[in-house]
Amino acid sequence: MEKSRRSFLKIAGVAALGVGFTKPTLNAYASSVVGPHPQIGDKALSAHHWGMVIDTRKFHSEKDLEPIVEACHKAHNVPDFSDMPNATSAEKKRHEIKWIWGEPYHNAFTDKENHYQSHRIEHLSFPVLCNHCEEPPCVLACPTKATFRRDDGIVLMDFHRCIGCRFCMAACPYGSRSFNFVDPRRAENLKEETCPDFPTRMKGVVEKCNLCAERLAKGLQPACAEASKGAIAVGDLGDPHSNVRVLLEHNFSIRRKPSLGTEPSVYYIV
Amino acid sequence: MLETALKGNRTYWVWLGILALIIGAGFVVYLQQFKIGLGITGMSRDVSWGFYIAQFTFLVGVAAGGVMIVLPYYLHDYKAFGKITILGEFLAVSAISMCLMFIIADLGQPMRALNVILHPTPRSMLFYDMIVLNGYLFLNIFVGWIVLQCERNSVPPPKWIKPFIYISIPFAFGIHTVTAYLYCGLPGRHFWLTAILAPRFLSSAFAAGPAFLILLCFILRKFTSFDAGEKAIQTVSKIVTYAIIANVFFFGCEVFVAMYSGIPGHVVHLKYLFVDGILAPWMWTSMALMLLAILLLLYPPTRRNESVLIVACILVFAGTWIDKGLGMISGGFVPNPLHQMNEYAPTGMELMITLAVWAAGFFILTVLYKMAVTVKEETA
Ligand code: SF4
Ligand code: SF4
Repeated sequence: MEKSRRSFLKIAGVAALGVGFTKPTLNAYASSVVGPHPQIGDKALSAHHWGMVIDTRKFHSEKDLEPIVEACHKAHNVPDFSDMPNATSAEKKRHEIKWIWGEPYHNAFTDKENHYQSHRIEHLSFPVLCNHCEEPPCVLACPTKATFRRDDGIVLMDFHRCIGCRFCMAACPYGSRSFNFVDPRRAENLKEETCPDFPTRMKGVVEKCNLCAERLAKGLQPACAEASKGAIAVGDLGDPHSNVRVLLEHNFSIRRKPSLGTEPSVYYIV
Repeated sequence: MLETALKGNRTYWVWLGILALIIGAGFVVYLQQFKIGLGITGMSRDVSWGFYIAQFTFLVGVAAGGVMIVLPYYLHDYKAFGKITILGEFLAVSAISMCLMFIIADLGQPMRALNVILHPTPRSMLFYDMIVLNGYLFLNIFVGWIVLQCERNSVPPPKWIKPFIYISIPFAFGIHTVTAYLYCGLPGRHFWLTAILAPRFLSSAFAAGPAFLILLCFILRKFTSFDAGEKAIQTVSKIVTYAIIANVFFFGCEVFVAMYSGIPGHVVHLKYLFVDGILAPWMWTSMALMLLAILLLLYPPTRRNESVLIVACILVFAGTWIDKGLGMISGGFVPNPLHQMNEYAPTGMELMITLAVWAAGFFILTVLYKMAVTVKEETA
């Protein structure tokens, strides 16, 4: 079933090449939305350029990030090795996989450190994740196009094509990528329960935030946005009237390491 | 010609036997890695390349170093190198073979390695690295084989082989330049993000490769009747001298820019390597070895003294190995992009696999050199 759907999409992809669809777009559906049900419906959300605005003023403590991280990691079957039997704590740390997590200001915004910082900023935990860069160095580095940027700006992974060379991890200036050093399906949390809407991974491939491409295709908001009680907005950066653009117009925002020219699509209102 | 490698004395077979044992042991460990994943290594989310890629980088240099023999002989008709060009070429073959093995050992999904060819991606530097490495491997096997075959038949090498030899020269520079480009084009990795990286790689390559070749010449002289000749060895040692000086000089430039400008992104990595990190004693040792080697090599009476020369070559090889095979990769990954210090140290299993790849390289080298030396003995 899964196979035939993939090959159907591939054929559709070849057919669509002529009408201006690019191949990566279709590969994206083929690989990131693998699941038992066809998921590209009329309800699918679309954008010229997907982006995210995080209103950090709405976070008060690290606790506020927990449901967000949990929602994302649950939706995407991210393995949790923290209670893996017979693994040392060093191993658990080395093999850690995370798509979205919290960091102090000076770690998240390494080029914007100040000696003296407002109390709030100093003690806040900032959610960090893949920035879905407009000029993604990870995509530039990947020798197989296993990681690629879709026309709507989402940077995706094809878990079936990745050879696990980890060139993309060296290339990402934000530490946003994780590698499956061991079989993720052996993690306790995934042995207990997996989310059927997203594939689990095999060992030896890289993974990262996919801006919930599989949920957007079903007309749903990304899991983090949904769990954030309004602190995270996802929308079309290419549309001046979109939710995200209106937020950016009315609030001062910053991005991570803009001087590198990667053009992150994730904005932080501080 | 392969049959010449099948006849050897006791020492030859014992040596190959030892290497085979190490390879076998390493292979068993590799099967474990294949089953469990790269989790058996010390690599992590933050230091995502480790010992394997570092060895790869160093050995690309050793392979490129062979060109320092080929170039003077074929481009400048420097006759004294006539006898040892084949040694340079076969050294390159074994070094590149090791490089390819290290790449495979480092892949999370080795069975998919061919995806690099099935989905060629010319914007990725790894694509070009694959082309130049395999090209250089092919050129060296091909040229070495044909020339040796002709020597065996006491006929001059055919004219059509010349273009292949000439192409192999830019390829030698190419393999190490592209390998440096893997690192130095990555935004946000300030330790590597420097235009001097490729020149630095080349200079250390042209020191380490020829230094190793000198050592091999002495080994061959001890165990076989092959003598490279005083003149050839002295010339190679001068090449080593200037290359190692260039290497230390380039590194000095790097240190100056980082420390004088004081830009934190550049300073932190050097500070990690030489002050804060577990590698600090190694890095200082590396510097000391290279500087001592320069002294010994620069002063003609010590350079001309064979025993001192041997020591100097070992110093060069060890110094550059620590520099590239240990420091170069960790140095770039620590601290991580979020300025956190998560160090890397290889695990025992990782070291065993590494050792086995080196053993496989020496196995190939031994067999190839056995062939070369036998032909030289036959025709002498
Ligand atoms: S944040 Fe990193 S992984 Fe995400 S697109 Fe940018 S470079 Fe790639
Ligand atoms: S690890 Fe996978 S996604 Fe990353 S560069 Fe290699 S093949 Fe591409």
